[in-house]
Amino acid sequence: MFRLFFISIFSLFSQLAYSKKSVFMPPEASVYARDADQLYSFILNVSAVAFVLIILIIAYFGIKYRRKTLNDKTPNMSHNFALEVVWTIIPALIFFFMFGWGWKLWNQARHSPNGALEIFAEGQKWSWSFNYKSGRTSTNVVYVPVNKPVKFILSSKDVIHSLFLPAFRKKQDAVPGRYTSLWIQPNKEGEYYIFCAEFCGTGHSEMIAKLKVVSFKEYAKWLSNDPYKGLSLSAIGKKTFKTSCVACHSSDSTRKIGPGFGGLWGSTKQFTNNKSALVDETYIRESILNPNAKIVKGFPKGVMPTFKGQLSEKQIRGLVEYIKDLKE
Amino acid sequence: MSDLLGKNYINCEKGLWSWLTTLDHKRIGIMYLIAIVFFAFLGAVFSLILRYELFSAGKDFLTALQYNKVMTYHGAIMTFMVLVPGIPAVLGNILLPLQIGAKDVAFPRLNLLSWYLLILGAAIAIISLFTTGVDTGWTFYAPYSTGSAQSGTIFVVLGAFVMGLASILTGLNFIATIHQLRAKGMTFMRMPLFVWGLYATSIIQIVATPVVGITLLLLVAERVLGVGVFDPKLGGDPILFQHFFWFYSHPVVYLMVLPGMGVISEVVTAFSKKVIFGYKAIVYASVAIAGVGFLVWGHHMFVSGQSDWAGVLFSFITMFVGIPTAVKIFNWMTTLYKGSIEFRTPLLFALGFLFVFAIGGLTGLFLATLSTDMHFHDTYFVVAHFHYTMVGGAVMAVFAGLFYWWPKICGRMYNELQGQIGFAFVFIGFNVTFFPQFILGAMGMPRRYFDYLPEFEHLHAVSTVGSTIVNTGMVILFVVLYRAWKYGEIAGDNPWNATTLEWQTTSPPPHENFTKEMKVTGGPYDYA
Repeated sequence: MFRLFFISIFSLFSQLAYSKKSVFMPPEASVYARDADQLYSFILNVSAVAFVLIILIIAYFGIKYRRKTLNDKTPNMSHNFALEVVWTIIPALIFFFMFGWGWKLWNQARHSPNGALEIFAEGQKWSWSFNYKSGRTSTNVVYVPVNKPVKFILSSKDVIHSLFLPAFRKKQDAVPGRYTSLWIQPNKEGEYYIFCAEFCGTGHSEMIAKLKVVSFKEYAKWLSNDPYKGLSLSAIGKKTFKTSCVACHSSDSTRKIGPGFGGLWGSTKQFTNNKSALVDETYIRESILNPNAKIVKGFPKGVMPTFKGQLSEKQIRGLVEYIKDLKE
Repeated sequence: MSDLLGKNYINCEKGLWSWLTTLDHKRIGIMYLIAIVFFAFLGAVFSLILRYELFSAGKDFLTALQYNKVMTYHGAIMTFMVLVPGIPAVLGNILLPLQIGAKDVAFPRLNLLSWYLLILGAAIAIISLFTTGVDTGWTFYAPYSTGSAQSGTIFVVLGAFVMGLASILTGLNFIATIHQLRAKGMTFMRMPLFVWGLYATSIIQIVATPVVGITLLLLVAERVLGVGVFDPKLGGDPILFQHFFWFYSHPVVYLMVLPGMGVISEVVTAFSKKVIFGYKAIVYASVAIAGVGFLVWGHHMFVSGQSDWAGVLFSFITMFVGIPTAVKIFNWMTTLYKGSIEFRTPLLFALGFLFVFAIGGLTGLFLATLSTDMHFHDTYFVVAHFHYTMVGGAVMAVFAGLFYWWPKICGRMYNELQGQIGFAFVFIGFNVTFFPQFILGAMGMPRRYFDYLPEFEHLHAVSTVGSTIVNTGMVILFVVLYRAWKYGEIAGDNPWNATTLEWQTTSPPPHENFTKEMKVTGGPYDYA
């Protein structure tokens, strides 16, 4: 444990010494991220200087005015109007400068340019689904073209989620019952994390999606292609599993948030209402579309949300076939 | 308590019953202390469980659901059962009447009732541990809390409601006491700064707590009766919950820190043997923080979906909180200038407070500024920031106050070396725990994550080691205080040669505090 502790301290300082990017921040993937980091660095530098000054002054006073005798005489300095006015106004000016700079960037960050590519993003426990205007949908992965403004229109199916893009220095809550939005203009191709930043229950930390920034050509190709073309039903199921189910279920018999799928097919499940049923096509379909109808013993009710409207018939059939193949 | 100390509030009556039915503010303060130490122990156990789960990436010994419950209990216990009643109800109860030269608080029976309400509320909240538990986080955000969260949520929410009543009654009692029972000659501008801190705090308790009380009841009504207030499926608005919640829960951080700042003012003057610099500025700063604190709740909601303009206004007003806070820090620094500084445990905690609180305050700037908050909101940066302000602010100040007034409270002196060792553990452990979390937040690690990406592992490991050190320090400190109470040397009435009224009576004070009527002829810190 202590070895790890010292290695960590060392790696921290080496990061500080050798990093060229903004201190501690992830890579910048947009112009806005760079602008926001400039403000961040400004506040960081001002804070560091202020902090070091405060501590140095306290240390200096502490050493210089250490008690010498019990009868030390101390001056009766009750106040100094000029000094107090000065140290009220100077921080005030600095604070309001920070506010103004933050406001300016906020305006840029909150108003998407005309003609931005719009993508609907819906959060649900515990995945993100993306819906392009062309009708193309995807789960937990979203492709966007580089150097084009992209606007996500956010909503939520159940509780509050928050779309957080660290590389773009932006996040926005997805609130049930209303639309909110967040826009970015990536300037580097690559793969970036999308975290859920608003606590949304058991699978909150599994709710991680990927943003893929690609060339326009690749984007157009991805948009028009049928992801399941030429795949067997079981392969379609496997793909669906990897995007929609894996946050809570494993492909062997390990328990995650929900039961594992390995060896599930053909087994008999005991439910909380003391009934039991054979795992067949009907049971799997019901568990996907109406998950609270039958709760397996040892699992809490109400955890799994419905996937009605989110998975197509083809995907559900694929999942059934895929589960048939999974062994313990 | 031996006879060496003479007749006092501790030995004037004997037996558990005499404590449970006491109306003496000092005894009630001691009962608050015992209850809160117990709650803090519970909260700390939960914090260690969650830190060790986070020690390495991946699932270790908890499931995600268990982790979420542990995280919620840690937050809810530490906020509603430790920090909110912490300084006002423990140190405030014991010291407020003594510092203003009164026999007791204005309503002694109400004071005892507040203690029982806290215990009742805490019991209701703790019962939930034996049900399904609660997994909402201490913020109870709707519609998660009103819908799919564990059903133990109802108990914790009702418990918090009852504890809120206790808090309101304490605030009411203190305001009445300060207005009515000051000694002859003690004008408002001659009150010790700890009393001013309590006054500002009491205003917040009375004005803000009812709002959260009603909010919590609405939450229960929605959850149990299906009354649609917050859940959009029932026609409600989840952002309304956040407005209600933060209207209380933002001022509540000042509720924790203002009396703490009062303690720091007392301790810094006593151990530099010097009049406080800028008494009036500190008074106005306390009241300003309490007042402006009501107008900044929306800075918790920049990315919640509230309007962009609301965000701009809340960011602007939030900057006004920074100014009086900075002024106070400068005042304490200047008080040290040309003083006669004695490094005893209480002063070490006060200087530790300045160190930690300066970091807490400065990192607040990143969160108050609109565009940087978009990145830091709901990450570990926020977790580190509020632990620096609240643990740094409240806990450092609680220990500064406890060690400063302990000779008055029990008549005996703690062991100086042991106190300083305890301080070193808490101070170093605290910074090792929470400083890495600023970096984690900057790197993009969201808060309330049961599991995390491998690149965050090193810093989490450091943080877990720190949490072990800080908790060891807490245990050391309480053992030192307990040993002082039992075996400490007789301290004398005024071991620090301090000037406020509480040091002019015997230690421990008699049942009604003073044997003669007190008269005040000057300011509280006449050291020169």
